Amino acid sequence: MSFLRESLYAGFVISLLAYMAGMWLKKKFQWAILNPLLVSIVIVIGILVVFRIDYATYQHSARYISYLLTPSTVCLAIPLYKQLNLLRRNIVAVMTAIVTGVLTSAATIYVMCLLFGLGHQHYVTMLPKSITTAIAMGVSEEAGGIVTMTVVCIMITGIFGNMISETVFKVLRITQPIAKGLALGTSAHAIGTARALEIGEVEGAMSSLSIAVAGLLTVMVVPLAAGLI
Amino acid sequence: MKYIKEAAIIFGITCMGELLNYYLPFPVPAGVYGLFLLLILLCTRLVKLEDIETTGHFLLDIMPILFVPASVGVLESYIEIKAVLVPLAVISLVSTLTVMGMTGKVAELMLNRGEQS
Repeated sequence: MSFLRESLYAGFVISLLAYMAGMWLKKKFQWAILNPLLVSIVIVIGILVVFRIDYATYQHSARYISYLLTPSTVCLAIPLYKQLNLLRRNIVAVMTAIVTGVLTSAATIYVMCLLFGLGHQHYVTMLPKSITTAIAMGVSEEAGGIVTMTVVCIMITGIFGNMISETVFKVLRITQPIAKGLALGTSAHAIGTARALEIGEVEGAMSSLSIAVAGLLTVMVVPLAAGLI
Repeated sequence: MKYIKEAAIIFGITCMGELLNYYLPFPVPAGVYGLFLLLILLCTRLVKLEDIETTGHFLLDIMPILFVPASVGVLESYIEIKAVLVPLAVISLVSTLTVMGMTGKVAELMLNRGEQS
């Protein structure tokens, strides 16, 4: 597969087509499990395995996709700006919800680490898992965690959050767009926000805000919670 | 010209975010600095929404795809984390579910109460 190793577009195109296939399947069958992001990841992995392409070869061109992640994050300011009045009117509820989310995250990880008998290093590795990768890596490193493992947990969290949100909102009867956005952004960072933007503009705006606020709060909470195990 | 101007503003702000990330001692990523910078510029009307909207919406629209390569990359670390994969995955799933439910429900209840009063 020397062409693939040379190509600057093949990995890019594979990723785009895989996501389109994911959206098509979702539209056709309407099942929550057919999440476009999850489906596209599975398709890409399938292609890599079937054609015996190693990850580095795929990444050779696919990495240019990741290059756009920072400017995309910057653009999250657009939906947020459009919904600024809505945010001002509901600031108490918004802040309370995000703080609750951040504390719940630390509490569940603490309890589950005790249940599984995991030590300090794994505990602090997981603590920042609900926030955006760039902040979480710094937090994990600072606290003495294993950074690559933190990234894996962040990915699992994001993809799962992106997948499960529809069902969670239905079962718990969460109907307000603001509440949906806050829930997605606080629990599943930017990957959840990508889902929130697909649901609607208010959801996307609140989710964007949650990435920033939950991220900064977690920076403060982790050093305090780290000493518990 | 329209797209050149839009791209110049958005990527310029992204670059400013990188600059802040480089010089300030906080663990805040360039994208988050840039997000607040753009928000301030929009609020002070130094940048108008129509100056960035088309390119901005393009970047927001393609956002889910941007996570595909990094997610596929998780497979690479499989061997490193094999030993603790099960507890790690279970904790991640349960915690994500709980945080999503709690955050959403607290917001929902507070918003509904606000509407009644």
